Amino acid sequence: MEHGSYQDQSKATFSLTDEDHTLANSLRFTLNQDPRVTFCGYSIPHPSDARVNIRVQTTGDPASEVLKDSCQDLMLMCQHVRSTFDQAVIDFKNQKILEAMDIKL
Amino acid sequence: MSSLESNTEADSDLTPKIPVWELPDVPKGNLSPHLQLQRTRVVCNKEAPTNTENVQYSGAYAAMGVDNSLGLGEFRKRFRVEVIRLTEGDMEFDLIGIDASLANAFRRILIAELPTMAIEKVLIANNTSVIQDEVLAHRLGLIPLQVDPRLFEYMSENDIPNEKNTIVFKLHAQCEKGGSRSTVKTDELKWLPNGSELLLATENMASNEASKPKTYTSFTCSQDSLPEFSKNPIAPKHPDIIIAKLGPGQEIELEAHAVKGMGKTHAKWSPVATAWYRMLPEVVLLQEVEGNKAEELVKKCPVKVFDIEDICKGVKRAAVARPRDCTLCRECIRGDDWEKFVALQRIKDHFIFTIESTGALPPEVLFTEAVKILEDKCERVITELS
Repeated sequence: MEHGSYQDQSKATFSLTDEDHTLANSLRFTLNQDPRVTFCGYSIPHPSDARVNIRVQTTGDPASEVLKDSCQDLMLMCQHVRSTFDQAVIDFKNQKILEAMDIKL
Repeated sequence: MSSLESNTEADSDLTPKIPVWELPDVPKGNLSPHLQLQRTRVVCNKEAPTNTENVQYSGAYAAMGVDNSLGLGEFRKRFRVEVIRLTEGDMEFDLIGIDASLANAFRRILIAELPTMAIEKVLIANNTSVIQDEVLAHRLGLIPLQVDPRLFEYMSENDIPNEKNTIVFKLHAQCEKGGSRSTVKTDELKWLPNGSELLLATENMASNEASKPKTYTSFTCSQDSLPEFSKNPIAPKHPDIIIAKLGPGQEIELEAHAVKGMGKTHAKWSPVATAWYRMLPEVVLLQEVEGNKAEELVKKCPVKVFDIEDICKGVKRAAVARPRDCTLCRECIRGDDWEKFVALQRIKDHFIFTIESTGALPPEVLFTEAVKILEDKCERVITELS
């Protein structure tokens, strides 16, 4: 859910349900990396509500677009983490097999 | 200029003052060493750590011509994973070049948002043991089950338990009268691939004898006919966890229904015993530590971070040999002027990640699943925004 004005779309607060620090803090990180962002932060209005508010203010681009790009960035980062990790695990397992067979590369 | 020189002479007993215009120029596009330290290291001083916060704003060093943003290209170039240890139950690996917010997101997801199967409902037919029904049910809930949760669906409140969302176990243990006490362990939990054997009370009254009597679950097929389970039957991960102890003549008869759930609902659904990370410690010797002082330093450290190396003519010099073992107990900088010799730091973007699995999935699969969940969360936000 987006709270903002129609006149100025560069500032908005996004209210995400069923999310917590896990996503909000990661998003805050990726948003801060975006040079178009002048301010961003998040808060959890009440600890027993599963909801976070993410505030985004930009230099001019619509805040929702910037947030969407940040989500995209975070997703691509995750994909890169996953592929790098999988490769590292495969390499480690292969190394173990080689060591067990006592073969030197 | 002359007046300035006399000024510095007057203050010579204190730290020497250098006028700002005589400071060396930092080339444009580089951060001065103290800012670089502030940005990349947590410094552990005697009293308290400093520089603990991360500088996140992309334009924080814009005045110095330094771009603090971390683009995807840069991230791809710098990010590395090094597996240190990988066994069936646990793994340790290094995540290098990643922000704490992401490392923490993975950790939080591992603990609270990865689904597993755990016993949720216990139907107790008979319990004459000293352990109360509710305590027994709680103990059963905490038993780790060796089953891939990805093969099951969540059961909502109004769902009827079926072969896709429920695993049924039976436990019937008796201690013979006149014998000695016995121990009930998890190997006595028997998997029922055909579902519950207990009849629903209301259905018993019905005279409809031709149809199959209704039980607490309605399985359309046997779970062991499914290819995933025909080869490896579902059982608790460890066969030797003590469930209860029975005295002579006591008996426990029950049925336990396991469902899919998440760690944020109850810790019994957490797939990890724990998952944690720490930043890589970095121990720096600011000046040479030699002779007796070197031996003192080696003795000071309880985890043996320092070694003595012999340089020529039997002169002993301390060297940092195992910085990874450092617990940052700060014993080495305690007392007198040790802070001038040793600096304890942590590298902000180097995380030593440890995952201990409870057995449902191997630890390396748990991590990839956790990353996938974070991706799903992003995707959800994107679809909601557009």
